[in-house]
Amino acid sequence: MSSRRIPWLTFAAPRNFHLLVQVLVPWLAGVAVLLAIAGLYTGFFVAPPDYQQGNSYRIMFIHVPAAWMGMFLYLLMAMYAVIHLVWRIRLADVMARSLAPTGALMTFMALWTGALWGAPTWGTYWVWDARLTSTLILLFLYLGYMALRATVDDRESGGRAASLLALVGAINVPIIYFSVEWWHTLHQGMSVTLTSAPTMAPSMFAALLLMTGACWLYCAAITLRRAQVQVLEDEADAQWVRDLLQPPTAESARTAEDPAGTIREEGHS
Amino acid sequence: MTKRQKRLTLVLGVLAGVAIATGLILNAFRDAMVFFVTPSEVMAMTEMPERKFRIGGLVEAGSVVRDQQTVQVTFRVTDTAVSVPVTFEGILPDLFREGQGVVAEGRIDSQGVFHADKVLARHDEEYMPAEAQAAIERAGHPPGAGKGY
Repeated sequence: MSSRRIPWLTFAAPRNFHLLVQVLVPWLAGVAVLLAIAGLYTGFFVAPPDYQQGNSYRIMFIHVPAAWMGMFLYLLMAMYAVIHLVWRIRLADVMARSLAPTGALMTFMALWTGALWGAPTWGTYWVWDARLTSTLILLFLYLGYMALRATVDDRESGGRAASLLALVGAINVPIIYFSVEWWHTLHQGMSVTLTSAPTMAPSMFAALLLMTGACWLYCAAITLRRAQVQVLEDEADAQWVRDLLQPPTAESARTAEDPAGTIREEGHS
Repeated sequence: MTKRQKRLTLVLGVLAGVAIATGLILNAFRDAMVFFVTPSEVMAMTEMPERKFRIGGLVEAGSVVRDQQTVQVTFRVTDTAVSVPVTFEGILPDLFREGQGVVAEGRIDSQGVFHADKVLARHDEEYMPAEAQAAIERAGHPPGAGKGY
């Protein structure tokens, strides 16, 4: 038994990761589209108007999944940052940096749709309450992480500094989540929690779940694809990537006439 | 301790340190973290603040009086224990309704009347079709009662 080990790191190997992503992404993206169609249909045509807000509440079918993903992706990014800092696994760093743009996009969408929802309901686009302000800080943390990576030339030290920022910023996520319980905010409390039934009609909740699933799978697909491209770029000199670009035939293996390949090999020595 | 264990300890230490520091800061600034104060909190103040602040709660049912000639409106903000009279001149948000959440920004005068120069509606976290709400009303449990602030 002691000699048997769980292959945790099988997909941390660049080639295995590439092959896995190649299989996963079409499925993730395809199911995301199907869920989005079902979610939008349910949200616009099945779910009834709200007794107070009429139709304007429907923006929550975008707003809430985007806000959830913004927070969730940050925690995921921080987790990969820890793995990168402690275990020095290169792919963890690639995953963290691939999550950042999508996390920033989701957070921006949450803020933007929130402003559009706030105008007809609250009577204002923006207030500096705890929920809105901490969400804006989340967006700045994502942007700061990306900026830090972009400005430091050395990828390894830049990556470590950015990983540390991702880790420290993770404190903000529980603050966002619990802000509506800890302090008086203009933003309403939570409708959906793990411990009690959602405070909305079942068809509204169904639309929300479908859109959340769509958002989740979209983020997974786009992040994995971004990481895959990064891995291929990093491994451009590796034999397995060259084999992908030009599948080895019996003839080319023997003659090796590819000039580009020759240059790369010279660069290596 | 291996190098890896040292790095893990360091990372967890940084996380714990930042968490504690953030907790202390938020605790120190907890009065500034709230977007509004409730009528009970206003009543508990030993002296009324001169500066602008925000008061939040529910619009007391039956308290809204609109001036027929101007856009002046008066109402009472309640947290179901205490209520504060508010006067406002301007356009109210669409969701401003009796029994619903509201946040008013302005100053309180020596008579204890709150002069708002901005009124925001605050909605609760319950969403339901109108028929369901009507059924709840018939059963005698208006939504938002005792919650939503």
